[in-house]
Amino acid sequence: MIEIKTFDPDETVKIGRKLGGLLKKGDVVCLAGDLGSGKTSLTKGIAAALGIKEHVTSPTFTIVNEYKGKVPFYHFDVYRISHPEEMYEIGFEEYIGGSGITVIEWADLIRELLPCERIWIDIRKDCLEERDGRSISIRFIGDRYKGYERQLKGTEKHENTCS
Amino acid sequence: MLDGKEPGLHVLQKGEGRCQILKDILILGIETSCDETSAAVVKNGREVLSNVISSQVSVHQKYGGVVPEIASRKHVELILPVINQSLEEAGVDIRRIDAVGVTYGPGLVGALLVGLSAAKALAFALDKPLVGVHHIEGHIAANYLDHRDLVPPFLCLVVSGGHTHIVCVKDYDQFEIMGQTRDDAAGEAFDKVARALGLGYPGGPLIDKAAASGNGSAIDFPRVYFDDGSLDFSFSGLKTAVLNYLNGMEQKGLKCPVEDVSASFQQAVVEVLVNNTLKAAGLKNLNKIALAGGVAANSALRNLMKIRAKESGFSFYYPGIVLCTDNAAMIACAAYYELMRGNRSELWLNAVPGLKLGEK
Repeated sequence: MIEIKTFDPDETVKIGRKLGGLLKKGDVVCLAGDLGSGKTSLTKGIAAALGIKEHVTSPTFTIVNEYKGKVPFYHFDVYRISHPEEMYEIGFEEYIGGSGITVIEWADLIRELLPCERIWIDIRKDCLEERDGRSISIRFIGDRYKGYERQLKGTEKHENTCS
Repeated sequence: MLDGKEPGLHVLQKGEGRCQILKDILILGIETSCDETSAAVVKNGREVLSNVISSQVSVHQKYGGVVPEIASRKHVELILPVINQSLEEAGVDIRRIDAVGVTYGPGLVGALLVGLSAAKALAFALDKPLVGVHHIEGHIAANYLDHRDLVPPFLCLVVSGGHTHIVCVKDYDQFEIMGQTRDDAAGEAFDKVARALGLGYPGGPLIDKAAASGNGSAIDFPRVYFDDGSLDFSFSGLKTAVLNYLNGMEQKGLKCPVEDVSASFQQAVVEVLVNNTLKAAGLKNLNKIALAGGVAANSALRNLMKIRAKESGFSFYYPGIVLCTDNAAMIACAAYYELMRGNRSELWLNAVPGLKLGEK
């Protein structure tokens, strides 16, 4: 598991960008965290790394927004889902089994539908800090993501030595 | 296209470069993109003969938001009775309809498909043109129904749960998006803040009501303007600022001043919406401004826009409350003008959940 602290939305976007650089077709990133914790900011970073130029807006209303980047990018927000079965109606399993990269905000609401192998990210507001802090913990679950943690730590380390 | 060969369209003749209407054109409109199942009959694009909206808000209130599965299932149950009622109230026989207009995006795919399937079946069975309408184009057209004098070009601010767009309406079927949200829609920010304040759903009207007895300058919430000259919006930071404020009050053990928070939040949203809209009108040299969409019913937005438009010498239009919400009359109106421009859809038209304005 990797634990990272950020202190403003731009830093959260940056973490997303680094993670996005590692992602391959079929990868699924699950985000959990309260309203306003920075899930969409992190997603914007991932999208930028995938070469998506347009603004990544909240999909709360439409449940899923699709983008054409280097690979197809599916951005889910399941905030409004009250029963996980409702996801079948919008063809959820076709998205995650497909050839794109999927990010799911509020993934904790549809836990039973998620693939066993997944990247799980918890974002917590860090109330103890005076600044607008966030604690981001990233877990890579399953063989599919073997090596990702080392690579992500590598980019973090690299940045530290540069600065 | 309007060559007299199509049933229902033989009434149009070309006379001195423009179409002359010899007979009333009746459009059946169908809208099922989100909460509402709605059907309407509109005469000659401007006169509402019926507008039946089967509001599902009472079902959604329990869940604090729109629940897609429930939305689709309810649409299936309601679509035929709602269409029948719209024809009945209009006093129109279904065979007298000249074309069927329907929302095909953006929206929830399961919900859109219910209305679209009904519209396609009717168009096929009646052998009448099918006209697919963009939901936002419909919202803009709602203004034509309440203001017979309004004709393009004008500038329209479309604000709802899923949309925040500044649109230059160049012609009935020509749109240019001049600004849009980069994160949350304005209506979505209202819904999420209302939920955090414990006000319930739908957030817009409840915050409007609470704000009426609050002080809009009590808390200085952030207003985001982009310094690259863009007229885009961002409401995500504002939402977070409100949540941080509420969290801070809770930690200090203080009671949350719901009315003041509502009024201050609303003021922050409305100021940015109005300022960017007026700037857009100036850039395009337009002197007519219109509001559309669910948030167009917000009293603070209407009041501030009215004052600022008057100061600038602009005419200001907004639809009545019923036509601000999702309804089929606005879809029928937009379909009428699309049809008059020779635009119609094939029967294999599909629902497009992420449809962009101006795309066909």
